[in-house]
Amino acid sequence: MARYGLLVDMNRCNGCYGCFLACRDEFCGNDYPPYSAAQPYSGHFWMRIVERERGAFPKVKMAYIRIPCMQCDDPVCVKQSPDGAVYKRPDGIVIIDPVKAKGHKEIVASCPYRVIYWNEELQLPQKCTFCAHLLDQGWKEPRCVEFCPTNALIFGDLDDPKSEISQRLATEKAEPLRSEFGMKEKVLYVNMPKRFVSGSVVFGDIDKCAGDVTVNLIGDEEKRTTRTNNYGDFEFEGLTENKDYTVQIKHKDYTPKELKANTRIDVHLGDIVLSKFS
Amino acid sequence: MAEHVFMNATIVGPVLVYVKGSKIVRIRPLVVEEGDLKPWTIDANGKKYSPPAKLKVGPCAMAARTQIYSEDRILYPMKRIGFDPKGDRHPETRGKAGYERISWDEALNIVISEMKRIREAYGPSAIAALDQDHHNWGIAGYRFGPYFRFFNTIGFTEVLHNPDSWEGWHWGAPHAYGFWWRLGMPEQFDLLEETLKYSDMIVYWAVDPDYVRAGYCGQESAIWFQWIKDSGKKNVFIDPFCNYTASIIADKWIAPRPGTDVAMALGIAYVWMKENTYDKDYIANRTVGFEEFKAYVLGQEDGIPKTPKWAEDVSGVPSRVIEALAQEWASKRTMIMGAGMGGACRTAYAHEWARIVVLLQAMQGLGKPGVNLWGNADGAPANYEVFFPAYADLDGMMSFSRAAKKKAINPVQQRLYRLLLADSILNPPVKWMGEGFCGQQLEQQFTKFVYPMPGCSEVKMFYRYGGASMGTMTEGNKIVKMYQSPKLEFVVNQDCWWCTETKFADIVLPACTNLERNDIAEFGEAGGYLKWGVTGSNYRVIAYQKKCIEPLGESKSDYWIFSQLAKGLGVWEDFSDGGKLEDDWVKAYFEISDLPKYISWEEFLKKGYYIVPLPEPYEFKPAFRWYYEGRKCDTYDTLNPKLGTDKSHELGTYSGKIEFASEDLKQHTPDDKERPPVPHYIPSWEGHSSELAKKYPLQMISPHPRYSFHSHFDKEGSWVNDIPAHRQLKNGYYYWSARIHPQDAEARGIKNGDIIRLYNDRASVLCAALVTERVRPGVIHSYCSSSKYDPSEPGKPYTLDRGGCVNLLTSDRLMSKNVPGMAPNSCLIEIEKWEA
Repeated sequence: MARYGLLVDMNRCNGCYGCFLACRDEFCGNDYPPYSAAQPYSGHFWMRIVERERGAFPKVKMAYIRIPCMQCDDPVCVKQSPDGAVYKRPDGIVIIDPVKAKGHKEIVASCPYRVIYWNEELQLPQKCTFCAHLLDQGWKEPRCVEFCPTNALIFGDLDDPKSEISQRLATEKAEPLRSEFGMKEKVLYVNMPKRFVSGSVVFGDIDKCAGDVTVNLIGDEEKRTTRTNNYGDFEFEGLTENKDYTVQIKHKDYTPKELKANTRIDVHLGDIVLSKFS
Repeated sequence: MAEHVFMNATIVGPVLVYVKGSKIVRIRPLVVEEGDLKPWTIDANGKKYSPPAKLKVGPCAMAARTQIYSEDRILYPMKRIGFDPKGDRHPETRGKAGYERISWDEALNIVISEMKRIREAYGPSAIAALDQDHHNWGIAGYRFGPYFRFFNTIGFTEVLHNPDSWEGWHWGAPHAYGFWWRLGMPEQFDLLEETLKYSDMIVYWAVDPDYVRAGYCGQESAIWFQWIKDSGKKNVFIDPFCNYTASIIADKWIAPRPGTDVAMALGIAYVWMKENTYDKDYIANRTVGFEEFKAYVLGQEDGIPKTPKWAEDVSGVPSRVIEALAQEWASKRTMIMGAGMGGACRTAYAHEWARIVVLLQAMQGLGKPGVNLWGNADGAPANYEVFFPAYADLDGMMSFSRAAKKKAINPVQQRLYRLLLADSILNPPVKWMGEGFCGQQLEQQFTKFVYPMPGCSEVKMFYRYGGASMGTMTEGNKIVKMYQSPKLEFVVNQDCWWCTETKFADIVLPACTNLERNDIAEFGEAGGYLKWGVTGSNYRVIAYQKKCIEPLGESKSDYWIFSQLAKGLGVWEDFSDGGKLEDDWVKAYFEISDLPKYISWEEFLKKGYYIVPLPEPYEFKPAFRWYYEGRKCDTYDTLNPKLGTDKSHELGTYSGKIEFASEDLKQHTPDDKERPPVPHYIPSWEGHSSELAKKYPLQMISPHPRYSFHSHFDKEGSWVNDIPAHRQLKNGYYYWSARIHPQDAEARGIKNGDIIRLYNDRASVLCAALVTERVRPGVIHSYCSSSKYDPSEPGKPYTLDRGGCVNLLTSDRLMSKNVPGMAPNSCLIEIEKWEA
């Protein structure tokens, strides 16, 4: 008996929305009793994609957070629903019974990830099923994973040490999307972007990109140092959210500069113009 | 209920189609038998790169069910209310009148008798026909199939297409390096391996390999850019929009003002000249005219040295950045990914832009290991020996293919030009120079045309096959006026879907999609002038496209429709090549290919596909390397006329070399100041420094859409509409998205998701705002190709469009005096928050 999990690699997604569209194709208008009733033709996002734009012109990066049902091992939706209306299979997949759950709109609100959607016409809560109906027929993976062109979604048996997902989890730091929910989510994220602080240093007296200049980043929990590249650009990636940092720029011929950055959001400090020592 | 699985294809890749009863319930990327896909391996810098053993089609293919069953499908023949071919025609109500359903018999009778009447009264040249660029997939049903065979058989005024996706490359680049047989696009052989092995840095100039992949190869090359991301190579993007690839792999994003890329390029050339960081041997041995170019760059010609500071004033990119880029570029083995579609090549004078990209790379030794000219993410290893016709190969065209016993050649010489269509109908005579797709000879760019042609009639009837012009061409409001003119006595539209122009026809004929008939095609290959576009895919897959469901409603295959018309006009024998039915053509295409050497027709039908294996061992023969090394061309660029001759070490220019000063322009148009022999920076006629910018200060760029395939998959009900970067649902309507910088949004009181009005003197279009840091302040980015034209006052030109046809805002002014290209990316607008 497999125990299914999904690894979402945040480093690989190019935002093609193929996973979302493949999921729509599988479920819209198609009943799969007893697994799921047909998804309505619009309005549901069983594979939801949250776009995160990071930085500011002209230093911008995109991250695409893919949010299916987390198939939690300790799911709130099961606990908060009437007996049997939502249940967890031995392979870990959580199913909303399309008959027993009818009329129970409160199941929608039970999920803190908000991956449960209300089907107004059928009066039914619905969500991602990891394409359980296909897996049970012998398909290797759900539609979203099958479609993905860049290996940004990895699906497999967590109990098989040879599976790709097990091998990845053995060596990489994977986290649920919200570790504070503590529901033992089976969808785990690797390479989740944190925060960056960046800037572009300029030699003000000669109006040239200040390459090879030392830049220090000082926070209360960490210190980092780097050198600007040929464009005078520097970047500190993977910083903790909501922290204060000081950025120090030093060059022997120029007055040093110090700037503050708080990582509530990714911070691009823009052009930092150095003045020459007189 | 039993489920049947069929193999078929979409325009972005082959698919498996699951049918229950008579309904398609699932469309899935084609899955082949285990082991049939044999991934190649590229060895580069100690790493081995292999694509997955799976086909990666375009995401919109997953929305195909909503396209096939869309409310926008035309199910029955329709007649415009108020149109009476025997009485009053009321052309002035085209665009606003309703339609009533009629029978096929009545529809065909009207069309056939009108065609007869017009041909008898005015001659065959009085009928003009225009086809849509992109289509259902398959060669027997593609536009070069029954549509052209029918019209060539009866004779008609062909409306020539402009090379819309890559205008500047077509009209400019051949004058620097030849490749006119590729319509100005460079050969791309083995450039993936070349880049992985040898390039240290890639400059992506006005190119986004991750958008729709330009061609038809779906997401096959998506994995390549992950490899590049991990490789340590430096990725520099130059684009007013931080495009999709840039947003995930850029080490540097440089955003010039639209239309000023030439200035930036000249600034780079200036640095190389001043610092002597260019390949002098290559210049001496592989190019001509460098001294003239140098004189222009250094300011000896016009007194203005093209310094980085000068380039900064024009482009808005800081001079120090231009300098740093130039210096890094010259110090490394730099690949330029520049020969792309939809961006800088569609601005005013973009022929100068394309040429200068070639010349910049020539200064660095184009063809040297790691130094090359990449384009649309083509260039995977492939087997070039096995021939299979594609839609743009002569052999893939029903009129000219060896699959036909008798060719069909248009006896009418008169031509119209798509970009001048409205002006030609409304205000003839019209003159232009350039034969549309000038792929047979460089000199076709200088062919003069006049409409009407002496001895020919003005056009009285317009047969429109498809109809996306409001979303894809320029200044669509003129097209509205054209349709409403009494000069067009009769208009027919044949399509699968109600699109932007369908409601201007008198008779609408419903065509079926390729899932409703049989066909055959190779994944991702157009052939002809775009030969080997399939190398944008990791595999060569030829699929039999089996009919999955009956045509919806009373829709019919194009072949059936044209067969009825041919019968009515007494040309059935010729049209059908002696009585061929649609399936006969499909088999005939198979038979003229090389496939029968490897698989029988019966086996092919049973299996459903054939995957062309890679030759072992694979011989790496990168584009331009032969030229750099002074050897004979050894790539499979079969349309290169010098291939296999004693001039096969030459390029397709008059001198045989790269021309910094174009020899053919010197000969044909020496006094043309707008496309001079040496490429120049010429301020855009609708750019940031134009007088008009005082009134309309925002520059709009409208490249190819990311999530739809032009107007395909943008139909009513499409799941693509739920992707915010495509459309946003607001008050029950799906508005087309437009990207705006926060600074510009704030100044206008606009927030993300607001409905906004984009406007200028030409048009007014409602969109939904996407407030983003990914555009240069002052630039609006909104995709072209909305499938929906939804005027607030139907039939009245210049009214507000709610459908999102931002192209209505663009000028139909041609790219330059002698260049009949369109320049939609030279467009000035203003935006206001719309108080709905």
